[in-house]
Amino acid sequence: MPTANLVRLVLLEARRGALPWLAIAAVALSLCLAVFLSQVALTESRALQAAIVAAVLRACAVFLVAAHVAASVLREIDDKGLELMLSLPLARSAQYAGRFFGFAACAVAIALFFALPLLVWVPAPAVAYWAVSLALEATLMAAATLFFAMSLGQLLPAIAASAGFYLLARTMASIQAIAAGPHRDESLADRFARWAVDAVALLFPRLDSVTRTEWLLYGAPAPSAYAAAVGGLVLYALLLVAAGLFDFHRRGA
Amino acid sequence: MRSELRPLSAVPFWICALLAVTLGLQFAWRLTRPAVQESAELPPPPRHGALRLASFAEEPAAARLAMLYLQSYDYRAGNRTSYQKLDYERLTGWLDAIQALDPRSDYPLFSAARIYAENPDAARSRRMLEYVYQAFFDDPARRWPALAHAAIVAKHRLKDLPLALRYARAVERHATGSDVPLWAKQMEIFILEDMDELEAARAMIASLLESGRIHDPAEIRFLRDRLRELAARQARGKPPSDSRQPR
Repeated sequence: MPTANLVRLVLLEARRGALPWLAIAAVALSLCLAVFLSQVALTESRALQAAIVAAVLRACAVFLVAAHVAASVLREIDDKGLELMLSLPLARSAQYAGRFFGFAACAVAIALFFALPLLVWVPAPAVAYWAVSLALEATLMAAATLFFAMSLGQLLPAIAASAGFYLLARTMASIQAIAAGPHRDESLADRFARWAVDAVALLFPRLDSVTRTEWLLYGAPAPSAYAAAVGGLVLYALLLVAAGLFDFHRRGA
Repeated sequence: MRSELRPLSAVPFWICALLAVTLGLQFAWRLTRPAVQESAELPPPPRHGALRLASFAEEPAAARLAMLYLQSYDYRAGNRTSYQKLDYERLTGWLDAIQALDPRSDYPLFSAARIYAENPDAARSRRMLEYVYQAFFDDPARRWPALAHAAIVAKHRLKDLPLALRYARAVERHATGSDVPLWAKQMEIFILEDMDELEAARAMIASLLESGRIHDPAEIRFLRDRLRELAARQARGKPPSDSRQPR
């Protein structure tokens, strides 16, 4: 029950804040950009519109969720609300889980809302694949930002860490491909660099293989590939929640 | 929050003046600086890895935005045909990098065949047609429209029938999907006719009919009519032997 109350409070805070308006503004911005760019396209104007709207809304969903989580958690810390909560006879796991599920619900709501405009250009099944993937991706970022905000305790480092984490997770496959490219030499330093890149990649989820715009333009992915991609997201989100719980239980009152 | 604001008169005059002057200077500065450098040359194409990294795993959107960026060089001199002056080595490098970013996009080859290949400069046009021809073999089922258009450009603009035949032949032999229309499959025949290779054109139609790839009755009827027409033309040109008679 305390978890459910916390979820309700998080959702109430999101509804009363600027989050819904920012989500609407993001949709409007992406549609305007798509319409503008399609005016200068010589071909594939519908594909261009769908791709631009999907790419912009994906970035906006993640940014809005991460910024909302960081601002909400750090306001609670700065207002001593977290200290008050920790002094109550509530299990710390329940408190952390309540916040996480609340932010995850916000992430899912934003992802579903952002999927709606894509129905103008893309068949519903492909949009459904994309929307579920975006919901899980935004949930993962909510878990990551919650972890960074709780452990770093300051707004700027928390947002910087979340942004760095997200950008690296999306580009790590490209970085690995460049590191293993045909122009490398076989020196010790080069092998060490490639090994280091591969080792760092183990720490990140494969965000480059989820919420793919190709699913919208060229048809739904193979079920096995899709399951593997979103399964990786779920696994990593659980890892982040476990890390957050570990850190939260060690936190001084 | 509005009610917490103090009246405008609370702001010192010099701050209002500074705000107005700096805003005016900003507008003036922007107005004196054109948004686009008119004489800008097309930069060297990016490496595929770099372009993919810059796309942040949004390859389809990045590929189409890169095409719009490339397209913007057509308009740099306020002239809609300024692509004629572009460095075509760089241009094909860009098209190649963009196509590699999203191999299923039609945009790069569409632009290559329908815009950049229609350059009055024959050398540039041939360079672009060759790019389309090479790129076609990576995905003939999807890319045949660009090569079919390349054949038309080679035939009508360059007046190079052997080159057009080479492209038409590639379409006929490699684009074997059921969605490839009859006109594309038949381009080779028409070019052979134009080259006065009537016997080869007849053989081509006959093999097309015998291959079983044509199922539509209207298409079959059309091809048989064409076969008869060619035989009549041959008969008018020189006395036909038995082997040249229509089936």
